[in-house]
Amino acid sequence: MTDQPRVHDPNASGLILGPDVNLDVPAGGGQMVDRAVPGDSAAQYEYGLEIEARSQWGYARRRFMRHRLAVASVVVLACIFGAGIFANYIAPYSYKEIPYVTIAGTSVIDTSQILAHPSRQHLFGTDSAGRDTFSRTLYGIRTSARVGIFVGLLSTLIGTIIGGLAGFYGGWSDNLLMRMTDLFLTLPLLAVLLTASKFLDSSTPTTLAILIACLIWTSIARIVRGVFLSLREKEYVEAARAAGAGDLRIMLRHMIPNSVGPIVVAATLTIGTAIALEATLSFLGFGIRPPTPALGALLDEGQEAGLDKWWLVTYPGLLIVLIILCINFIGDGLRDALDPTQRRVRA
Amino acid sequence: MPEPLLSIRDLVVEFSTEDGVVQAVDGISYDLYPGETLGIVGESGSGKSVSTMSLLGLIPQPPGKVVRGEAIFKGIDLLKISKKELRHIRGNEIALIFQDPMTSLNPVLKIGAQIDEAIRTHHPEEKNDQIKERSIELLRTVGVPNPDRRYEQYPHEFSGGMRQRAMIAMSIANSPSVLIADEPTTALDVTIQAQILQVLKKAQDETHAATILITHDLGLIAELADRVVVMYAGKVVELGDVHTIFETPRHPYTVGLMESLPKLNADDDWLRPIPGQPPSLISRPPGCPFHPRCFLSQGRLRCREEEPPLRPIGGSSHLTACHFAEELEGHTGPLVESVGAGV
Amino acid sequence: MLTYIIRRILYSIPVLVATSFLIFTFVSISGDPLGRLRANPNITEQQFHSIEHSKNLDRPIVVRYGYWVKDAVTNQFGTTLFGQRKIWPDLKRVMGHTLQFVLTAIILSVLIGVSIGVYSALRQYSVFDYTTTTISFIGFATPVFWLALMLQVVVVNIFLKWHVRVFYTSGLSSPFPGHGIHWFVDRVQHLALPVIALCILGVAGYSRYMRASMLEVLNSDFVRTARAKGLIERRVIMKHAFRNALIPLITLVALDFGAIFAGAIVTETIFTLDGMGFYFINALQASDPYPVMAWLMVVATMVIVFNLIADILYGVFDPRIRYD
Repeated sequence: MTDQPRVHDPNASGLILGPDVNLDVPAGGGQMVDRAVPGDSAAQYEYGLEIEARSQWGYARRRFMRHRLAVASVVVLACIFGAGIFANYIAPYSYKEIPYVTIAGTSVIDTSQILAHPSRQHLFGTDSAGRDTFSRTLYGIRTSARVGIFVGLLSTLIGTIIGGLAGFYGGWSDNLLMRMTDLFLTLPLLAVLLTASKFLDSSTPTTLAILIACLIWTSIARIVRGVFLSLREKEYVEAARAAGAGDLRIMLRHMIPNSVGPIVVAATLTIGTAIALEATLSFLGFGIRPPTPALGALLDEGQEAGLDKWWLVTYPGLLIVLIILCINFIGDGLRDALDPTQRRVRA
Repeated sequence: MPEPLLSIRDLVVEFSTEDGVVQAVDGISYDLYPGETLGIVGESGSGKSVSTMSLLGLIPQPPGKVVRGEAIFKGIDLLKISKKELRHIRGNEIALIFQDPMTSLNPVLKIGAQIDEAIRTHHPEEKNDQIKERSIELLRTVGVPNPDRRYEQYPHEFSGGMRQRAMIAMSIANSPSVLIADEPTTALDVTIQAQILQVLKKAQDETHAATILITHDLGLIAELADRVVVMYAGKVVELGDVHTIFETPRHPYTVGLMESLPKLNADDDWLRPIPGQPPSLISRPPGCPFHPRCFLSQGRLRCREEEPPLRPIGGSSHLTACHFAEELEGHTGPLVESVGAGV
Repeated sequence: MLTYIIRRILYSIPVLVATSFLIFTFVSISGDPLGRLRANPNITEQQFHSIEHSKNLDRPIVVRYGYWVKDAVTNQFGTTLFGQRKIWPDLKRVMGHTLQFVLTAIILSVLIGVSIGVYSALRQYSVFDYTTTTISFIGFATPVFWLALMLQVVVVNIFLKWHVRVFYTSGLSSPFPGHGIHWFVDRVQHLALPVIALCILGVAGYSRYMRASMLEVLNSDFVRTARAKGLIERRVIMKHAFRNALIPLITLVALDFGAIFAGAIVTETIFTLDGMGFYFINALQASDPYPVMAWLMVVATMVIVFNLIADILYGVFDPRIRYD
């Protein structure tokens, strides 16, 4: 059996998850039949030696599915984000809705509904103006999801480009990047973020997301730089160069596909961090300003209403924790699936 | 024939893995006599290391497990005694020399301290300066120059060969009766290998210990071993004294091993490896484990169905596990010349 | 060893300088400190320019940087923009308070986290292991401010329901805290909740990391050698495994030091403690750039010093590093 790395196969899909593992030699003859993944080609059969070529994506998918918590988290997160995105349809009340009641022919605010405990009509209770906390939470989720995903994408883009260039070219550009990230590390992220958001405008989800992304990309850049640095020395890169491939082609065709694993994992975890940051900022009054709904702002108002109205603070917060928890589990599962080089000690 | 120092009978060691239960060692038996050097030869995965590590209880118990077997050492069964008793034997009566000295030494402790530790563990009554003197003496024995200065240094300040010398020093510190050297030269440069061989020989001479030498390097066996055990797929396939094995190998695997070595005096264009791959240890096919790759078997039914027992051939001290070993009669080992020169 | 230390110190100095420049530029560019004045119709053009000139705000940025550094070193960071209040005395006071509870939190979280991590590694897959892993994951996912809030909620509701004051939820001390041991107990009662809030994240992180590090080391060859020498298991674990597993944690704690201040900002705001975080938020809300810059500079300096200490400790524990 020969071990041709599929990297040079022009017919391959182009996305490879690991440079060195291509042919899976599973143990045990005769037992492999039920584990064949669709789309694989079974190679020759020898007594006691059955070698199956398994596609990389199938391998990754199988590993991810084994991580039950990650799979469960995908489902839960999809529900939560889905509820947020479709808040318009799902939420029983609107974000700003204040209950009115007609007394003696005029519409007056229904004070009986203020600061109500959780009940059937108001799953998470109401706040100091009688607004339904559950609905407001749903809208807040939508904002958080937007910010989180946007930050994830933008910071990954910036981080990959800068980290990739630094890792690929090395030398002074790499040094510069490293010094810069070091400097970023000396100051606490939250402090810088607060300063920036105070002095620059960050009251809308988009602007806040851009701001966060501009400060968070360094961790992804570090990872990409590390991967590129190690990949630079691999033989197939040298071979491609010898065959006349230009820098850009090498980067796009060989290095980026092989860094997809760590990048995806880091990007996922960044989303969680971004959501936490957004909540913190909104809570402190520096982030998203009303009337745009934000989970952090909900908690801020809840705190002001008094801590004995614990439901105002507990439920939206629990939801934030749940979201970030799911994201972390998914990141963990992705790491298991895509980064086989990491010596994983199963959680 | 004197009494064997160590007697292993029907040792079976299993590992539970994600893909199933692996039989790393599948019923092996051999003896070790005082003062001799027993070489264990085999490919990676043949179970040679596992069999000796299990003697000292160094196999992590999950996922590993000693299923059955006995290992009688000076009257006690190593596989049945308590952990506490086993600890008295480790590093004391039976000592190990590991393969990679770079990773086998604690990087944050001084070399001297690590040798001291080996002594102090089994002789806690000794004074510190006495122990230090002994450690320096040991370093001198194994040929480390400036031992008093080296005593204060850390492993990363030693070269690979010197690290291995330090490991050997550690292992002979308490004058063990049995030395187990697991691939002692594999991780070293070829030029250093010869030096370490000398050190090993010297260590043997000084301690009169019986040595189990585990390796895949036939040259090493030829140099040092008195008797040889050939292992394949967790089983012993041939056993005998070194001359017999090299001159008259009586198992197709042994023959294949010797043929696959490149010979300077022969005029071959191609190397002759043993075709095929070692078998998966999870589900073995019935019959002889070697038959899929065997030139002698030629697909014979008996090879495929019946597992050959380890039996004597041409004298009681030469054992082989092959149904048709007699057919190898007259076959002279291809390395006869080299054996004559070295031993 | 000495050369290693000196080299690390020399390396830190340009970092400090670069950071100061970065801070100054960043804060100056992002905001217009005189924005309010500019918008104020009562101030004439002339008055505006004279104020601008007196504060050197009409000069190029590098010059302003120079003035700021001079002010920082000779005049103890000067005064605030609005109200002309001396910065350093305030900063010094709040720094003391914050360090009290931040250092306690760090020490506690390292001690607890390391213990949990080691024990989890030794009892892998046990109930303890699974429980602590789950709690760690939840800890990671919990924003510090929410945890602080929940602690407050719990304590407040306990007080309301059963009239038992377990801990205080705001302030550093009671109005009349007394002396000696009374003062100490009172302070502990006030700081307990903030410390707990800061600890949890640290415990979660360090226990996970320690567990992973310990497991990796337990599988290494030199631990096998130690066992083969006949050492008792306890010695194998403590002297060989633990010592090696602990080393990378030093870097982690050092890296976290900056993040702790972020946590402090949040907790101090929630618990209304007179500390650095509270000071920072107030300065920001007043749009006063000078205290903000002073604050950032002080924190950066502390982080750099802390990293230096961590580097030196690393050299003490890992002899391979010293001869770099």
